[in-house]
Amino acid sequence: MNLDQEQPQEQTIEEIVASLGDTVGEARVDNPKMTCTGVDVFYADKQAIFGVDLDIGANEVLSMIGPSGCGKSTLLRCLNRMNDTIPICKVTGQLTLDGEDIYGKQTDPVLLRARVGMVFQKPNPFPKSIYENVAYGPRLHGLSRNKADLDDIVVTSLRKAGIYNEVKDRLDQPGTGLSGGQQQRLCIARTIACSPEVILMDEPCSALDPIATAKIEELIDELRENYSIAIVTHSMQQAARVSQRTAYFHLGKLVEVGDTDTIFTNPRHELTENYITGRFG
Amino acid sequence: MTISLLLLLIFILTATGYVIGRARVAKMRNQVDRSERPHSLPRYYGYMVAIYTALPALVVIILWIFFESTVLTGLVSKQLPADTQALPQGQLNLILNDIKNIAVGNMSQSTADPVRTAAADHFSRLLDNSQWARNILAILVALLGMFFGYRSIHKDQRARVFVERAIMIFLIACSSLAILTTVGIVFSVLFESLRFFDKVPFSEFAFGLHWSPQTAIRTDQVGSSGSFGAVPIFAGTLLISAIAMLVAVPFGLMSAIYLAEYASPTARAWIKPLLEILAGIPTVVYGFFAALTMAPLMRNVGEAIGLTVASESALAAGLVMGIMIIPFVSSLSDDVITAVPQAMRDGSLGLGATKSETIKNVVIPAALPGIVGGVLLAVSRAIGETMIVVMAAGLAANLTINPLEAVTTVTVQIVTLLTGDQAFDSPKTLAAFALGLLLFITTLILNIIALRTVRKYREQYE
Ligand SMILES: Nc1ncnc2c1ncn2[C@@H]1O[C@H](COP(=O)(O)OP(=O)(O)OP(=O)(O)O)[C@@H](O)[C@H]1O
Ligand SMILES: [Mg+2]
Repeated sequence: MNLDQEQPQEQTIEEIVASLGDTVGEARVDNPKMTCTGVDVFYADKQAIFGVDLDIGANEVLSMIGPSGCGKSTLLRCLNRMNDTIPICKVTGQLTLDGEDIYGKQTDPVLLRARVGMVFQKPNPFPKSIYENVAYGPRLHGLSRNKADLDDIVVTSLRKAGIYNEVKDRLDQPGTGLSGGQQQRLCIARTIACSPEVILMDEPCSALDPIATAKIEELIDELRENYSIAIVTHSMQQAARVSQRTAYFHLGKLVEVGDTDTIFTNPRHELTENYITGRFG
Repeated sequence: MTISLLLLLIFILTATGYVIGRARVAKMRNQVDRSERPHSLPRYYGYMVAIYTALPALVVIILWIFFESTVLTGLVSKQLPADTQALPQGQLNLILNDIKNIAVGNMSQSTADPVRTAAADHFSRLLDNSQWARNILAILVALLGMFFGYRSIHKDQRARVFVERAIMIFLIACSSLAILTTVGIVFSVLFESLRFFDKVPFSEFAFGLHWSPQTAIRTDQVGSSGSFGAVPIFAGTLLISAIAMLVAVPFGLMSAIYLAEYASPTARAWIKPLLEILAGIPTVVYGFFAALTMAPLMRNVGEAIGLTVASESALAAGLVMGIMIIPFVSSLSDDVITAVPQAMRDGSLGLGATKSETIKNVVIPAALPGIVGGVLLAVSRAIGETMIVVMAAGLAANLTINPLEAVTTVTVQIVTLLTGDQAFDSPKTLAAFALGLLLFITTLILNIIALRTVRKYREQYE
């Protein structure tokens, strides 16, 4: 068995990326909430994102799809500077929120993260009560004037996340005692409670059953009225159901981006077509 | 034949048992009919025969060694002249000791009297016979065991299960040994303490406010009647431990947080080993540092601001002990803080918390059970520490909560009570056992409380 023979011409990732050509489709929208321009991301010497231009429109759900390891999480984490927690990670290029450079000198990553919330792939509730989990953000940012206010925020957030009825009798019990799907919705409630402007979701349904998934998709649809949302997903159906625009990544390069309908019915790039029809590789 | 030769022989027999047991089954493995094949792999039958060979023989040897001396001593003392036998137990024991020493050759025969020499001859003959009997019996038992094990091999026999169970029993035996030893220690301390409480009432010991263990050696002596109120020395122990923990917990925890959350990998690589060096310094070095540097410093500083500080003070000892304990707290806390999953931190940072808010609200609560565990280890270390206190805190059993005065601790008192030539049945020495018992009970209660709190906390958050 010789793997080299199957790939006779040894290409570096840089060469493959160069051969992919420019991004196909409309990276820009009329009313952008966040923008990326020429974004490169490096993990130490290894480049993970290559010159991405992409907008997230106001009140829009953008889904990010692509094979594993293509840099979806990496780009998502750039959008609220969660990459700052990885010492070897370096971001260049320009990213903006409402026209302000989010990597600029005067930008405070802590404030940024309050405005750009994140739901992680694996549910990660704090080892605190359900109530405290949701109240965490509002407490930090002083969003409530008194206890009644805080109660109100907690209940509203849990309602919006579609989990209130399941937990209303046990708000004082640990959030870690919930099922995986409930935990994920708790984490969404926790994020909503900070009233962010943008919500980033990294495969929020990967650990959930179809019913819980449907609930979260419904929630995303409702949230769109007030927030901008970027969601990473491995499910084509989910991308098609919840998003207005879709971006397809390959090896750290944004290959194609456009209206979800167009991407799924009439992809223009060969790689996109292969991927969404399941002929990848 | 010496005991080592015998053990070697048993070992050879055991190995033989393994080989023949294995060989016997190996042949059966090639049967075409699956139901005719043996239940377990051949080596398990080998192990089984080996166990049958070695175990009973070893039991025989151990029992023999255990009872040999009692039985032989009994036999020898029966042979002694009647008037010797009638001597009180203590003297008789001395004579028997002489006899044994002569027999083994530790004592020259020429200086001893004929009665003892004769008895010694008798003793060494008995010893010879006993050894032969032991060797023959052990080898016989080993052979019998091997024969039995070999004979019992049968295709349906579950040798693997047998071996697994033997291993389990062996492991149980090992762990019970540790437990039994502990129980033994506790009981011996308990009995000695009971003897002490015969002489000094428990209420006086537990509630008495005065400690001065000097008792009269001669009955006509005056002035030193001895009093055994343990309260001052327990108070001293608690005072010094509290001072030590006041130093060790904040500094240890803070350095752990720095190391785990803020330090760059290079800084960590330097600071962690440096902190651990603190743990490697012998306590006696800390002791003279406390006595020769800290205590005078305290006194000078105290004088400068108008306080009277004893030349040996609880403060000096407690501070140095606290420094000694910092690495325990920091390295254990560092481990548990590092073990808190990154996802937990990400969740908090992702909600717009700062690093210190994240640490305060999420990381430390998640790590708390481990931190409490580390602190408790440190507390028992502080309570048990002796050297620093002997050198820096003094021996005076003052009942005080003023850290500037000299105090003494339980461990220090145990040391002073037992060092030097002492009769082991005076209240003075027996008091050491009572102190030990009380110390043991204190730490036990401490541990139980700690385990309770940790468990309660876990239930809440898991
Ligand atoms: N902390 C890190 N350190 C070094 N390299 C990393 C790190 N995180 C990601 N990478 C690399 O960056 C590239 C993109 O990773 P990323 O996690 O963004 O992929 P992804 O598209 O989210 O994949 P998946 O769908 O499997 O989650 C991968 O090649 C990965 O090896
Ligand atoms: Mg990912």
